[in-house]
Amino acid sequence: MNLESLESLKKKYLAEVEFRRKGDTSGVDYKYNIMVCGGTGCRSCKSKKVQEKLEEVIKAHNLEKEIMVNGVGCFGLCVNGPIVLVYPQDAMYEKVSVDDCEEIITNLQEGKLVERLLHHENGKAVEKKDEIDFCKKQKYIARNNAEYMSLENILGDYIALDGYAALHKVVTTMSQEDVIKTIKDSGLRGRGGAGFPTGNKWEFTRVVEAPQKYVICNADEGDPGAFMDRSIIESNPHAIIEAMAICGYAIGASKGFVYLRAEYPLAGERLQSAIDEANKMGLLGENIFGTNFSFDLQIKYGAGAFVCGEETALMRSIEGKRGEPTLKPPYPAEKGLYGCPSVINNVETLANIAQIINNGAAWFNSIGTNDSKGTKVFALTGKIKNSGLIELPMGTTIREIIYDIGGGIPNGKKFKAVQMGGPSGGCIPEEYLDTPIDYKSLNDLGSMMGSGGMIVVDEDTCMVNLAKFFLQFTRDESCGKCTPCRIGNKRILEILDKITDGKATMEDLDKLEDLCHYVKNNSLCGLGQTSPNPVLSTLKYFRHEYIEHIKDHKCRAGVCKALTSYRITDKCIGCSACSRQCPVGAITGEVRKKFDINDEKCIKCGKCFETCRFGAIVKG
Amino acid sequence: MCNCIRLGTEEQVSEFNALLDEYKGQKDNIMIVLQKTQGIFGYIPEMSVKMIAEALKIAESEIYGIITFYSQFTLTPKAKYNLDICLGTACFVLGAQDILDKILAKLGVKVGEMTKDGKWIVTSCRCLGCCGLAPAITINGEVYGKLKVEDVDKIIDGFAD
Repeated sequence: MNLESLESLKKKYLAEVEFRRKGDTSGVDYKYNIMVCGGTGCRSCKSKKVQEKLEEVIKAHNLEKEIMVNGVGCFGLCVNGPIVLVYPQDAMYEKVSVDDCEEIITNLQEGKLVERLLHHENGKAVEKKDEIDFCKKQKYIARNNAEYMSLENILGDYIALDGYAALHKVVTTMSQEDVIKTIKDSGLRGRGGAGFPTGNKWEFTRVVEAPQKYVICNADEGDPGAFMDRSIIESNPHAIIEAMAICGYAIGASKGFVYLRAEYPLAGERLQSAIDEANKMGLLGENIFGTNFSFDLQIKYGAGAFVCGEETALMRSIEGKRGEPTLKPPYPAEKGLYGCPSVINNVETLANIAQIINNGAAWFNSIGTNDSKGTKVFALTGKIKNSGLIELPMGTTIREIIYDIGGGIPNGKKFKAVQMGGPSGGCIPEEYLDTPIDYKSLNDLGSMMGSGGMIVVDEDTCMVNLAKFFLQFTRDESCGKCTPCRIGNKRILEILDKITDGKATMEDLDKLEDLCHYVKNNSLCGLGQTSPNPVLSTLKYFRHEYIEHIKDHKCRAGVCKALTSYRITDKCIGCSACSRQCPVGAITGEVRKKFDINDEKCIKCGKCFETCRFGAIVKG
Repeated sequence: MCNCIRLGTEEQVSEFNALLDEYKGQKDNIMIVLQKTQGIFGYIPEMSVKMIAEALKIAESEIYGIITFYSQFTLTPKAKYNLDICLGTACFVLGAQDILDKILAKLGVKVGEMTKDGKWIVTSCRCLGCCGLAPAITINGEVYGKLKVEDVDKIIDGFAD
């Protein structure tokens, strides 16, 4: 591959991409392009069948020359999948089923859209996808262009959108120092958790003299509730390959590994075929773009261990060992994989690299806040209307994300908190909704950026129970190597169990807090050092809920079963529906008179509460 | 080699032998060998561990150390239908525990236990990455999303054959 062949490939596929991006019909011989989302979310809602059906209908109508059908990467609005994009109208259909395909095609023949399938806001259909509230405020860097690239021609479309231009520029015109200076100047910080400046990481590794160095992409996205890395790899694998090669050049490494979670088979498939293609085209392998630079890339699969997201544990796992972390220093920059200097970057971090090279450090630096540059992808899930992936400039407030983009809390419920940074992070209550999101502000609140998981919880979530959930997670995922994490987390969980069972005393609450600090200060790796955060942050903002559990034996959300009781109020009309549903016969009464629940018999399953159509049963 | 007959079908055994040939002496690749072994047999049979140890020149104890460290590996055979329930945060917040309770009650097993008829094993995992579809389960790899407790009967009964 040389510049000429790169340019000619770009020329060849540019027309198709420009048709999607700008509606420019000059270079294509078809009139419409339908793109069906092929991300894991939509695939599991049978989007593949939708794509096949569309192709079938098009064939039946003899419209193969007029309407093109492709797969496309994840669009982010997974909750409304399968998502279908229609170009040049730039429209987005949601929840498309095979039964809709005929109508989509017959309407499109006349240039018309199917209104009922469009996204609706305030009862009105939104015709263009970029005008949807969910999309309006987004700014794509890490997820750039994913909606314009077809899965069938993923390399061609990537090249048409300036793909591999950055790698060419780097290896043919820039020195290692230039590349690192550009990344440093951009202000890019790691998107995987701790937010370490990427350029510095590269610099530390570059200056170490060694015959072999490694570039590692951390794609072990273990934070439950975050899926941006999966989406990026599935939609735009070449961006990661290109960035890793650039990093390899900058630090003097000839080999790279992507450490991918085994739970992401589709991402693995796409990435492997992208690596094969890049090898075939000479974008990876020996003497890239005719220079002395060679770079080889390989996928290594994890096998389900959260701790392997920690960099030293990850390296041990690549080496084929138990994924147990080791003490730092030595840092991976000095002694990493197989004892060689190594850079480990997260997927989303890498997804920014090629564009920083192409557009310059100043461009990237101009986006975001003083402390945090660029954009961040968030996985917005939980009790929220529009759940999905969103990419926003740093400094966007939490309120904007939850209400303007996320559409607020469904079913008229009240917002309670948002958990950021997964099991290592903390919750943020309502009074801090106007906090701009950047690394520092979140740390100051006792939460963290983490990988960008944002789990919204409403009044029906018990914060003690939520903390317990995260501690169950860290207890299970603790590798067991160091005592504070292995035993400390177990003890923390036991105290939480006591609290949710209504058996704790106020002394236990002090013990809990002490123990949290102990585990935080004494654990070996990042997992243990952050695992008490969910407890500490809920204690900080929702201490009253802990106290209610302990003193009043009350769980205001009605989640902790031992503390929940059900009562029938005067609204009861005596229909007997609840008593027929009760599995233990705890509800008795005479028809057309008020029924009663026998508290001693009641197992608190909540069946009566769900059954009552008159709102006569209350819990609390 | 006569032992390998007990490993599985002829086809599985020859696939497994080819795998051992491919990775002979490559200690670093133990993870991928275990993953592929599990892919072939559905689990990692005890006999296979012995053979892997020999082929890759790695101690059996070390291999067991790895198998038991990573939650993906299993030393027990798979059921006909493997139901994996996501207990990630998004699913949890949206009621995955109630769904799990219902599934377990319906099948009369605990997590990780096989039903008496060998048809079902229920396991839980940490986030399938389908958070937009929470709460979600997979049955033999196929995702069922946005579940309600009421859906459980229908889904499981759908596999009655």
